[in-house]
This record gives sequence, structure tokens and C-alpha cells, in this order.
Amino acid sequence: MNPTRRSFLKAGTGAVVASVFGFDLKTAYAESRELKIARTTETRSTCPYCSVSCGIIIHTIGDKAKNVTAQVVHVEGDPDHPINRGTLCPKGSSLMQDILNDRRLLKPQVRRPGSDHWEDIGWDQAYNEIARHIKTTRDATFVATDAQGRTVNRCESIAWNGGCTDTNEFNFLAVKTMRSLGVVFLENQARV
Amino acid sequence: MSNGTLEIKAISGHAGPVPGRDASRDYGICKVIDVTTCIGCKACEVACLEWNGYPFRETVFDNTYQTMPDLAWNYYNLIRFNEHVAEDGTLSWLMRKDGCMHCADPGCLRACPADGAIVQYANGIVDFNQDHCIGCQYCVTGCPFNIPKFNSETKKVHKCTLCSDRVGAGLEPACIKACPTGCLHFGSKEDMTDLAQNRAKQLREHTSHKNAGVYDPAGVGGTHVIYVLHDIEHPELYGGLPKNPRVPLLVRLWKGPLKWLGNLAITAGILAAAGHYIRFGPKRLDEHQDEDRDEAKKGEPK
Repeated sequence: MNPTRRSFLKAGTGAVVASVFGFDLKTAYAESRELKIARTTETRSTCPYCSVSCGIIIHTIGDKAKNVTAQVVHVEGDPDHPINRGTLCPKGSSLMQDILNDRRLLKPQVRRPGSDHWEDIGWDQAYNEIARHIKTTRDATFVATDAQGRTVNRCESIAWNGGCTDTNEFNFLAVKTMRSLGVVFLENQARV
Repeated sequence: MSNGTLEIKAISGHAGPVPGRDASRDYGICKVIDVTTCIGCKACEVACLEWNGYPFRETVFDNTYQTMPDLAWNYYNLIRFNEHVAEDGTLSWLMRKDGCMHCADPGCLRACPADGAIVQYANGIVDFNQDHCIGCQYCVTGCPFNIPKFNSETKKVHKCTLCSDRVGAGLEPACIKACPTGCLHFGSKEDMTDLAQNRAKQLREHTSHKNAGVYDPAGVGGTHVIYVLHDIEHPELYGGLPKNPRVPLLVRLWKGPLKWLGNLAITAGILAAAGHYIRFGPKRLDEHQDEDRDEAKKGEPK
């Protein structure tokens, strides 16, 4: 096709006239991004960081159908939680980074006395070693009577620290277990 | 969005009316930033990054607690930290959440020549659509608050969207949800103006901040992000908040009178050409002229 001067002018004038009268060549302007949590599964959880224990909602893709492996796509505050009512601190706001992290610990590790590195151990071995340490320590340092000869039955060389996501039931068990061992340095973060 | 909450009010560089405008009831949304209760925790910054899916990044230390010197194309939201020593020697530590103000008369949208790269929704959100952005950065020039940031790799400009995706689905923006001190509020423009004015009144009456006021600059037609400031007379103390922001004169001229002058000039040119055609008719070469020229060419030495 070899446009003549006349046909070129005709087409050009036509285009100018069309644009002056405002023909909409494109119609889709409202192209807001799709809501990335529109159909995610919401799982309520508790922020693991401090003792304030803010409620969070973890959004995962998929609807927990049998063939789906859930993947975390977003974490935000739980508006129904009485403590934070949807808000989060900067550390809590970054929880997704905590969940999806190459350096996240997924199995028990131990660093032996004098060792310069952490080694992986199995859960059973970890339980057994912890139990053995507790028994040895308690046997070696148990205080049955104090200086005045009064019965105290306490174990001063073991302390217990609870985590903020521990439930009432878990804390009940922890306190009962530790008290039965004679542990007095007992903290479960249930005070807030 | 399908539920119609993001009805478009204005489109950049677009000839003709906005499709579907005024088809439903108009309502404005608004974010209040009460800088008097901001503790600079940066939860809003982190929530913003998380929601928008941008990577957590290394920060830059500049002798303040500020995350980095300025906003970036993938960092829409920055708390600016300022230490101000008053004349009487008292120190105030001012924190301001900086980000897009979502002006009612947006300079970025006025300046943008690309059809549909910037849209203003009827609820007040000014949103960039990177698919239509041509990377000319006129919006950067047009913004009186120095907000839009250019990504030199993709040649696109980005800024805060006021979480248009969340708002379109009926949620509040991510920063507002995260704020643990309740310094950020979200609601209709009317309600938020009331809330901000009440807070300013409370500050004036019950604290030493006698100049407390609401920053909702009229120079850009009001904004959909408003501040409660301790001292409304000196907004520039809060990391360079302009006292009376206006869309730059060049942009106003170019998109106002100059545009119409240009259109007039084009129309006048077309009319003049048409008039000339009617008065004198088409230009015809007379045969003698051709012959004269041919002869003149023959006469030239080769």
C-alpha cells in the first residue's frame, strides 16, 4: 500500500476529529490490583514474640483441600482479639518474614559444651537428654532443708521460662510439673 | 473492582468524559495521622512493605531513627524524625508519617500525559497504574509533596496507593490497621475531619500546644490524608511539610491556559488553511513555470 498525500490527509483528519469528540479507545481504567487475600484461608494464631500476645490472622493460599499444601501469603492483626484489636507492632507486622525464612529452625539442635557449632538431633534424643540433665541437676543441687533445719524441698539450680503463646492448660501443666520438681524460679508469661 | 467502590473520578491524559462518572453516590475516604500520638515505632512502614510484597531492605543510618533519607519506589511510607529546639530552648522530637497525601486536586494527575496511568477514584484515592505509565516522570514534577518515586530499572513511577485493593474490597489500608497507638485513623472524610478537629481542639484546650491544628491544605483542594499537628503555623518543622502546597506554576500553566492556547493555535491553523483554500483554491503549477524551470536546469553547467 502506498498512501497518496490525499489519503494520508483524509485518515489524519478523521483521527483528529475522532479524538476531539472523545471516542473511548480504552475502557478498562479501574485496574486496581486484585485483593491478594480475597479467597485465602484465615487461621487465627498468636504472635510469638513478646508477652503482650497479640492475636494474628495468618492468610494461606488454598482452602485446605486434600491436595493443597498451604502457603503463607500474608499475616495481619486479628481485629476480634481483645488485646490488640487488629493492631501490631513493627516486629509483629513482619511475622511473614519470620515464617518464610531460610534460617528458621525446624528441628532441635544442640551445642555441646566446648563445641563451636550446633548439631541436629532427633526429638526423642532431645527429650531424653533434657530429662537426663534435669534429673542430674536436681539430684546434685536439691535443697531439702534450709540453714535453720526447716524443710524446704526446693531445686534452686533450674529455672523455667514459658512462652507467650502457651495456653492456660499448658501453663497449668508446666507449673504443676515444675512445682513437683521443687523449681521456684518459675515464669510462664501468664501474668499479662 | 466489581463492587463499584472504586468508581473513577478523573483520568490522566484522557480526552472526553470519564466513563461511568457520577453514576452513583459520591463519598470520600480519609486517613488521619495524629502526629501527637505517633511514637515512631514504624509498624506502618513494615505493614506497608508486607502488604505490597516489597522486600525488607537494609536501612541507612543518618543520626536519627529514620529508616532512610527519603521515600523510595518500593518504600511508600516513611516516618520522618526531626529534633526541633524552640526559642526557649525546649526540645521537641517530632515524628511524621510521610507518604502520598491523595490530594483532591492532584498535581501528579494534572501533569501526567499518559492515558490512564493515574486515576483518581471517586472516594479520593489517587492511584498509579504502572501498566499505562510511560516513565516520563512529569508526576514527580507535578507533586507539591515530592512523593512519586521513579524506578530506573522498570522505568515506572510508584507511590502509596492508599491500599486501593484493600479499600476496594471494604478493608482499611494496611498501615492504619497496624498502628498500635491509634495515631492513624480511617473513615469518611467528614468523620475524619471531625475527629481531627476534635483532637486539635483537645490539644489546644488541655495541653501546651496552643497552635495545634489540622493540616488539610486548601492549595491542592484539600487532601484525603490529613495531619493533626502540634503547631499548624510551622508544618515545615515536620520534615519539610509545605506550608501552602500548590501544584507547580509550570504544570498549572501547561495543563491550563497554555493547553488551550495550543489547541486554539492548532484550530486557527486548520481554519486558516481551509480559508485559504476557499479564497485562493488549490495551488496549481502553470505550464510555463515548469518550462522555465526545465530550461533553467538545462542552462546549468553539468
